[in-house]
This record gives sequence, C-alpha cells and structure tokens, in this order.
Amino acid sequence: MKRRSWWLTAVGVLFTAAMLFPVYWMINVSLTQTSNMRKSPPNLIPVDATLQGYSAVIHQQLPYLGTSLLVALGTVVVTLALAAPAGYSLAKLRPKGGGALNFVLLIAQMIPAIVMAMGFYTIYIKLGIVDSVWGLIIADSTIAVPFGVLIFTAFMSRIPEELLQAARIDGAGTMRTFRSVVMPVSRNAVVTVSLFAFLWAWSDFLFANTLDNGGGLQPITLGIYAYIGNNNQQWNAIMATAVVASVPAAVLLVLAQRYVAAGVTAGAVKD
Amino acid sequence: MTTDRSRARSAGRQRDGAARTAPSGARHARARWRAQAAAWGFLAPVVLYLAAFYAYPLYRNIDLSIRSYTLASFITGDAPFAGFANYISIFHSSTFAPALINTTIFVFVSIAFQFAIGLALAVFFYRSFPLSGTLRALFLIPWLLPLLVSASTWSWMLNSDSGIVNSFLQAVGAAPIDWLTSPRWSLVAVLIANIWIGIPFNLVIMYSGLQSIPADIFEAASIDGANGWQRFWRITFPLLRPVSAITLLLGFIYTLKVFDIIWIMTRGGPATASTTLAIWSYQLGFGSLLPDFSSAAAVGNVLIIIAVIFALVYIRARNRLETT
Repeated sequence: MKRRSWWLTAVGVLFTAAMLFPVYWMINVSLTQTSNMRKSPPNLIPVDATLQGYSAVIHQQLPYLGTSLLVALGTVVVTLALAAPAGYSLAKLRPKGGGALNFVLLIAQMIPAIVMAMGFYTIYIKLGIVDSVWGLIIADSTIAVPFGVLIFTAFMSRIPEELLQAARIDGAGTMRTFRSVVMPVSRNAVVTVSLFAFLWAWSDFLFANTLDNGGGLQPITLGIYAYIGNNNQQWNAIMATAVVASVPAAVLLVLAQRYVAAGVTAGAVKD
Repeated sequence: MTTDRSRARSAGRQRDGAARTAPSGARHARARWRAQAAAWGFLAPVVLYLAAFYAYPLYRNIDLSIRSYTLASFITGDAPFAGFANYISIFHSSTFAPALINTTIFVFVSIAFQFAIGLALAVFFYRSFPLSGTLRALFLIPWLLPLLVSASTWSWMLNSDSGIVNSFLQAVGAAPIDWLTSPRWSLVAVLIANIWIGIPFNLVIMYSGLQSIPADIFEAASIDGANGWQRFWRITFPLLRPVSAITLLLGFIYTLKVFDIIWIMTRGGPATASTTLAIWSYQLGFGSLLPDFSSAAAVGNVLIIIAVIFALVYIRARNRLETT
C-alpha cells in the first residue's frame, strides 16, 4: 500500500512538471544570454546565466509595475466598497427584487470584455478621461464586482441570524451591525474577493490597451506588449518582465492558496 | 384555496380588534418599509454602478452598432442612423464565416480537452498520496498567471526557428512546424495555449465535485466487486453530472470571450486563420488606424447574443440543480 502511494507521487510529480514546463521555460529564457537566444537546440538549463534581462526590467519597467500596483489596489478598494454592502443586503436584508438583481449580476459576468471596452472607450472619449488611471480602475472593477457580490452573498448568508439579532438587541442599527458585526466575521470573503480583484486588474490587458495606451501611466501588461512589438530580439528582457509580472500570482498562491481554491469553486458550485 | 381561507381568517381577526390592529398594522407596514429602504440603501451603490458602468456602455454599444460612426463622429458628436446596415454588412463580410467557424472550433475543442484533462487529473489527485495537496496547488499556477505572460511564453516556445517545441520535434526526427505563421497551424497553436491555461480551473472544480460524493458509495461499490474503470463510469461520472454541466457552461462563456491569448500569439492571423469573433471585433474597432466602431460594435453584439443564449441555459441548469 505504502509503496503504491509513493508510485502515485512519482506520477503526480511528472504530471506537475509537464504542466509547469512553460513556467520553467519562461524563467530559463529570462536568464539566457542574448547571444544564446537563437541557439539550436536551446540550452535546457540556464548555463552561463545572465541577469541582463532583469536589469532591463529594473531600468525600463519599474514605472509600469508601479502603475499596475496602483490600478490593482484601486480596483480592490472599489470592488470591496461596492460588493460587500450589496452582499450583506442580498444575504440578510431580503430586498424585494433581490432575485432580479442576482440575475442581472449573472448576466453581467457574461458580457465579453471587448464589448465593454468599446462602450467605455466611447464614453471616456466624451468625458475626456481616456488614458487616466481612474478610468482604468473603473473599467477593471467591472471584471470583479459581480463576482465579489456573489462571494459576499454566499459567505454572509452563512452568518448565524442570532449574531445579528444580538447586535440589534444591543441597539445597533443596520449600518452599525454591518460595520461592527458582519464585516469582521466576513474576513475570509474579504480576502478572497480582494485577491481575485487584485489578480484580474493586475493581469488585465484589453482594457489597458484600449483605454490607457497613450497616457504617461501604463500598466505592466502594456510594458510587455510594447516590448514584444518593438524589439523582437530581446526575449530575455521580455521573459524577465513576464517573470516579474507573475510574482503577485506566485506570492498569492503561496500565502493564500485556500482562498484561491475557495474562490474558484464558489464561482461555480453552490453549497 | 388555502389563501382564501387565510384571508377569511385574517379578515375575521381584523374585525375582532379593528381599533387595536389598525395602528399597529400601520406601524408594522412602516417598519417593513424601513427595512426595505435599508436593504436597498445597501444595494444602491451597486445598482448605480451597474447602471453607469454596465448598462450605459452596453447601451452605447448598441447605439454604435445602429449608426455609422467614424472617428470624426466622436468630435462632431453626430453619426447618421444606419439601422441594421452594419449587421447586414458584417454578415456579408468575407471574415464572418471564418470567424464564426474559428470561434466554434476554438470554444468546443478548448472545452473538450480542458474538461477531459481536468477531470482525469481530478480523479488522479482524489486518491490522496504524499504531496498530492502541494502538487494540486502548483497546478493552479498557469491559471493565475497574467494571460499576457502565458501568451508571450507560448509564442516564444512555439517560435518557428528558436522555439523549444520545434527543437523537440527535430530531436525526435519530426519536421518543424510554423506554429504561429502558417494558416494550417495557427489555430492549433492558440488552442494549445488556451487548453493549458484552462486545465487548472476544470481540475479544481471537478476535484471539489468529487469530494462532495460520499466516500461510502465507492466503498460499497468495491465491496460489490466493481473495478476502478466500472466505478468511474457507473458511479463517479453520473454523480458528477451536475457539476460537469456547470463547469462546461462556465467554460463556454469564458472561452467565448478569450481575446488576450490569440491577440498576443497570432493577432488572428495569418489572414483570418485564427480570427475569432472577439478578435474580429477588436480588429475592426482598435486594430487599424481607420477604426470602424460601428461594425466592431455589431460583431460584439452578435457575441453577446451567443453568450446570453448559453447564459440562460446555464441559469436554468443551475436552478434545476438548486431545486433537486
């Protein structure tokens, strides 16, 4: 029995290695000398590795990374501010017509981003806020808000009614109950929603490229895109930027793995 | 019938204590109204948000599609009404048929592979073994990476001259393939990348679906002498049907929207070889110096209609799941 399960581990490691090969390859290429880039066959491991690519990142991409951080954090704030109260209401306050709103939120998630981008573009041109960080934050938040409401509703409907009753008996109003009772016990939902809002905004390329590709503050996805377009030869710099752009995903996976799994599942399976 | 009786009863009660219940009824109604006001107060931000940032852009998109907009229209503010002319012209465009066919192939092939591989891996990881949790977590990485990162990595791996994939093909004696630049292979190339990205999502959901099956069912089946293969096809698979339906439909809706991967890897090319509806819409609206927003919006709306049809199927499946 024991030997058999080790055999399974070996197969599992093999599968995982195959699956993660592109990630490994990205790191390997990011460390390759420019002169070895077109070598055939390519070096399978980074022999005589170079940090050329990474120094290019530090010299050219830091502002992009800063913008991405700003946009992602802004998106998290907007998403939480909108989704948490809505989740509380849908889960506990029984609004008339709440079912219809849930339906609208579900449909909203199905609208292709390209359609949203076009609509935002025409509106932003009129308002003169194309190429602004604020405009991008609002557009990026549309990816996360419906999901956020869904998660908050699911988590908050599990808060025991007695807890809210106790707060009411102590004289707390709806607002006070929300602030001092509901939010503190919904920490897991806050983490899950923040995590996904952050990752989606960080990874967004379509909104950035349509709504923010001329301004002074551009996110990292556009940094990589400009690289691909301009200097096709510098693949170590492109891949180094890609590695750096992947850091938040890696950090979040290590620190908050169970929230990631919870978020993926909650979107699809209702319990 | 029952409502009639209860109405009669409450009418009787009202008659009994009309003087007493009237004010308390009013107070009750007021309290209920206040509760509703509070409930909608908490919803107000999201409702306003949906109106401003979903409904209005959507409305703008429809408006775009029934007028003929040019870049000048944005400045002058007027665009002549065109009715369905934009829709008719996209249906007659030589790009329409390839885009629709590519979208269909892209969506169905992606989902078939993602789902089959995800399910197989979920079944594999379900037999928990040392390190299975860690390996399962590592499997999430491709899904969490920015799409642009994955797409650029695959572009370089599939590069005709210097890509690792062609080096491998040559090492085993096969002919190298122009993955991204030949019309026969570019759709395959973006499919490979998209399937890779979608496997983790399917794995996680199917794994949680497996976990919700009570373990004693499997035990009973193996006592009855069912082997692994029979257990999977007779028990696991049927019991996973509801979760599978939702996974497939979500996969459908997500895959229909895919843009980043194809745009980075092939830009829909060569020619229309990997152009999907989403890519075509972007090409029309933002891909050239002479944007044709109206046609782009029309293509986008066709995409929405397809998505909404499947969304309704999804919601029905979900509701049926909740009632059973």
